[in-house]
Amino acid sequence: MEKFAPVKRSEDGQAVRYLIVDDSVFARKNLAGMVESFGGQVVGEAGDGVGAISEYDRLNPDIVLMDITMPQMEGIEAAEKIVRDHPDARIVMVSSVGYQENIVAALQRGARHFVQKPVKPEVLYEVIKYVMRDDGAAHSAGAGA
Amino acid sequence: MRMELIQPFINSADAVLAQGLQSPTSIENLTMEEEAYRRKGVAAEVILSGDIEGRIIFDADQNTAVQFASRMAGAELPDTDALVREAVCEIANQIIGNAVTVLNDQGFHFRVHPPTVHTSEQGSKSSEDTEALVICFSTETGQVFMNVALRYHRRRAMERAAAV
Repeated sequence: MEKFAPVKRSEDGQAVRYLIVDDSVFARKNLAGMVESFGGQVVGEAGDGVGAISEYDRLNPDIVLMDITMPQMEGIEAAEKIVRDHPDARIVMVSSVGYQENIVAALQRGARHFVQKPVKPEVLYEVIKYVMRDDGAAHSAGAGA
Repeated sequence: MRMELIQPFINSADAVLAQGLQSPTSIENLTMEEEAYRRKGVAAEVILSGDIEGRIIFDADQNTAVQFASRMAGAELPDTDALVREAVCEIANQIIGNAVTVLNDQGFHFRVHPPTVHTSEQGSKSSEDTEALVICFSTETGQVFMNVALRYHRRRAMERAAAV
């Protein structure tokens, strides 16, 4: 895998802590491999939106990588609920379904960014850098892989 | 079956397989299959509902699926590993999601259900299954099959348009 300069938390220089949410174990492993190559630490995983909410409350990660199409509760609904309780949450939607309505819905409900699957590491890396230096004000972007 | 509905799935499969394997793929053949689907190896099924309704099955023999999943995982996977089935499901999800993105932007509205491992030897003998289009992709790891059985619901699309 390509070498990336580590992305650190600006406040303390520590590794970025990730929560990865996807109903596919394979997808979670792939994303985990990518964020670890960015110097990040995967602190938790969840396979649906319900698990994402409870894991966010428990772990308070720096970034959530969230799939959209999942059983029980989909990613956009979970993102909305997390952001309602944690307005500073940084959630990046990662989905193969990247049509305009989906992206707009995700951003309107509090997601910071959108990356379309199949994920290219260099695209995710740039998105992570952007989101980590973001102050939480205005967010409106999508990135195709 | 309307070819303009199928083409985005073919284009998407070609692109996703090539990116996942980091090597070019090609369409070896494309046939109409009038008999019920028979599983070839490790298969994932995705159901679509809405303006376009039906199912798509991705299928590869065990050896191809193991090689394919290993290549995508960046590590050798044992041929009994559940990750191999997961990988086939995830590839199906990516291919169909990308195609749905194109079709949605063309005005078709439908829902994609999460992929499931297809374990039965045969597909259900619905009318869609008797009109499936089977596309065989040739990859460096072997043949990958995409079995597409879709119907376009003109009336449903018109009702939705009228309601807007």
